[in-house]
Amino acid sequence: VTRRIAVVAFAQLPNVRRDTEHEETELVQPVLNAALEQAGLTRADLGFTCSGSSDFLLGRPFSFVSALDALAPWPPASESHVEMDGAWALYEAWVRLQCGDIDSALVYAYGKSSLGDLRDVLAQQLDPYYLAPLVPDSISLAALQARALLDAGGCSERDMAEVAARSRRDAQDNPYAQLRMDCDVDQLLAREFLVAPLRKHDCPPISDGACAVVLAAEAVARRCCARPAFITGIDHRIETHALGARDLTQSPSTRIAAEHAGAFTGTFDLAELHAPFTHQEIILRKALRLGPEVAINPSGGALAANPMMVAGLARIGEAATRLSRGDGQRAIAHATSGPCLQQNLVCVLETD
Amino acid sequence: MEACAVIGVGQTQHRARREDVSIPGLLREAATRALQDAELTWKDIEAVVIGTAPDMFEGVMMPELYLADALGAVGKPISRIHTAGSVGGSTALVASHLIHARIHRCVLTLAFEKQSESDAMWALSPTIPFQPQLTAGAGGYFAPLIRAYMRRSGAPRHIGHLVAVKDRLNGLKNPYSHLRLPDIDLARVEASPMLWDPIRHLDTCPSSDGACAMVLADAAHAKRTPRPPAWLHGGAMRSEPVMFAGRDQVNPRAGIDCAKDVYAQAGITDPRRELDVAEIYVPFSWFEPMWLENLGLCGAGEGWQLTEAGVTALDGDLPINPSGGVLCTNPIGASGMLRFAEAALQVRGMAGEHQIDGAHTALGHAYGGGSQFFAMWILGSERP
Repeated sequence: VTRRIAVVAFAQLPNVRRDTEHEETELVQPVLNAALEQAGLTRADLGFTCSGSSDFLLGRPFSFVSALDALAPWPPASESHVEMDGAWALYEAWVRLQCGDIDSALVYAYGKSSLGDLRDVLAQQLDPYYLAPLVPDSISLAALQARALLDAGGCSERDMAEVAARSRRDAQDNPYAQLRMDCDVDQLLAREFLVAPLRKHDCPPISDGACAVVLAAEAVARRCCARPAFITGIDHRIETHALGARDLTQSPSTRIAAEHAGAFTGTFDLAELHAPFTHQEIILRKALRLGPEVAINPSGGALAANPMMVAGLARIGEAATRLSRGDGQRAIAHATSGPCLQQNLVCVLETD
Repeated sequence: MEACAVIGVGQTQHRARREDVSIPGLLREAATRALQDAELTWKDIEAVVIGTAPDMFEGVMMPELYLADALGAVGKPISRIHTAGSVGGSTALVASHLIHARIHRCVLTLAFEKQSESDAMWALSPTIPFQPQLTAGAGGYFAPLIRAYMRRSGAPRHIGHLVAVKDRLNGLKNPYSHLRLPDIDLARVEASPMLWDPIRHLDTCPSSDGACAMVLADAAHAKRTPRPPAWLHGGAMRSEPVMFAGRDQVNPRAGIDCAKDVYAQAGITDPRRELDVAEIYVPFSWFEPMWLENLGLCGAGEGWQLTEAGVTALDGDLPINPSGGVLCTNPIGASGMLRFAEAALQVRGMAGEHQIDGAHTALGHAYGGGSQFFAMWILGSERP
């Protein structure tokens, strides 16, 4: 039996293609302040803080050290950092809250995907001895996965275009999204391939951004938030790094994480899936058994804004925000990391 | 909170260049030894928590993705921690939270650095927009802090050299130690080249390839483990800002607060008397007396006197770094976990030649950044 912990606040920056004016401290400070203000908490109330970011994106070691100044941790704070998407920082904070001796935690994440050539930067995640020297870029690897799914009859190019069109249409209601537009599926399908079978619309935008979430134990959560979104289950799992050893048309790690998070004990009103590529949403929907009755990525998802290291945490924040404002009672949020959905986190959220 | 114990400890043979193993090979050497110590197999591990310092050191972005297979993590949770030099300590603490919180019963935690893959001096001297460039690596950063300490405390110049000699002699008793300097003495340290005044070549840590692994488990596991467990009596992390005029980097408040927190959790009121041994992060010899004060093991300005009087020697009444410490072995990401793991070996009575007789309570300490990130734990031979 786990302690009831809720997401009580979520703040994010508007996602942009290239931010040239802010370094990491300046990216983080506004979202951190906004999230604390939303929760009605101060820094002194926090029992723990955890962040997520990647040095390689920023092109320098210890980027998170500078970002920490946004927290102004004085007196010194109980604080930690994951070199992962912020969703895993949220997991660490949730675990810390389960220990029972603290009642609230702050989680933040930031990422500037625009500083380098993102496709080549992400290739540095690969096996450094056998794979990275070949520099298979992130879009080419996703294209292999899409090809495998198409060949297996798991979807059509039209299904993929429909995911893109729906995501960017829904993003019109999200002022923080980067790609917000009405698009016609036939027109999308008439375009050239970027890396076959992926067209540009099948791929995420390159985004710079930051977001922050406040977690609180039940008693505090009820003071902070009229309708807190409780985390009723959260788990994450990883698959083999060897792409050739995986069935790329499935996401078994997502399924295992969902089972451990108790996802399959009921139905969902909405889902926020961290699917940077259109075909990945289709793979994830199947792994999570999400039918047509579930609203998928009402925020527009990663196809509308994909700030690296932020987009996963933002899915949890977006799902919780929607539950708190009454869009539903039960939601599933998902985050991914690594090539072709190698690592996945599932978070089940419920309101009273 | 569920009780948490260290039931397995493993580390690599640390060397300047481990060209005989890949990055996963290095980690498996440590992990296999930890599993053997606990008499467990990979199947018994429910989750993996891994830490390493900047990815630039090996040139692999988020290496836990690549390492998932080698670490037996496929189908399991794996998290990657990075809190600068304190990361080895923080990583162990994050793993302990999984046990305390009853999320998992048995967790493998590891930390590594294969520094021969790159040049740590370069990786630690980045050009950051709008900040003065630090072109001299960690030593260039810490030398002025040491000079400030000498001025404040009136410590004579040979104090650092005493630590340099003591830790290298201790390291000779540790079969895993990277540096082995049997001929070291005060004269040799004093004659070694000046790198960053007052840090001479022999006052500084090496650059190592190495890894450390521990198996952490709940009380039920710890009860049936074949060798004595090391029980966790307290663990804490503290961080302070980069740009804040109120900081005292010579005696950082984050370290003071972190130590107070772990002592309180462990019910320790007089750490100088109640701790039997401490493994603390001393990358430059002078940090031994500086951390003695920061950890509340003596009054301000008195740390160097303890060092000079031999209190911190292997046969002193508060031995510091019997393993030889960071001055003998420094795979940066693993250096903090090695401190935590050596503390475990001491209270388990398994530290071999560098065992402190009757060690029941031990402190493991790690720090990082510009003396701003701290991670500590207290281990005991008895269940809390």
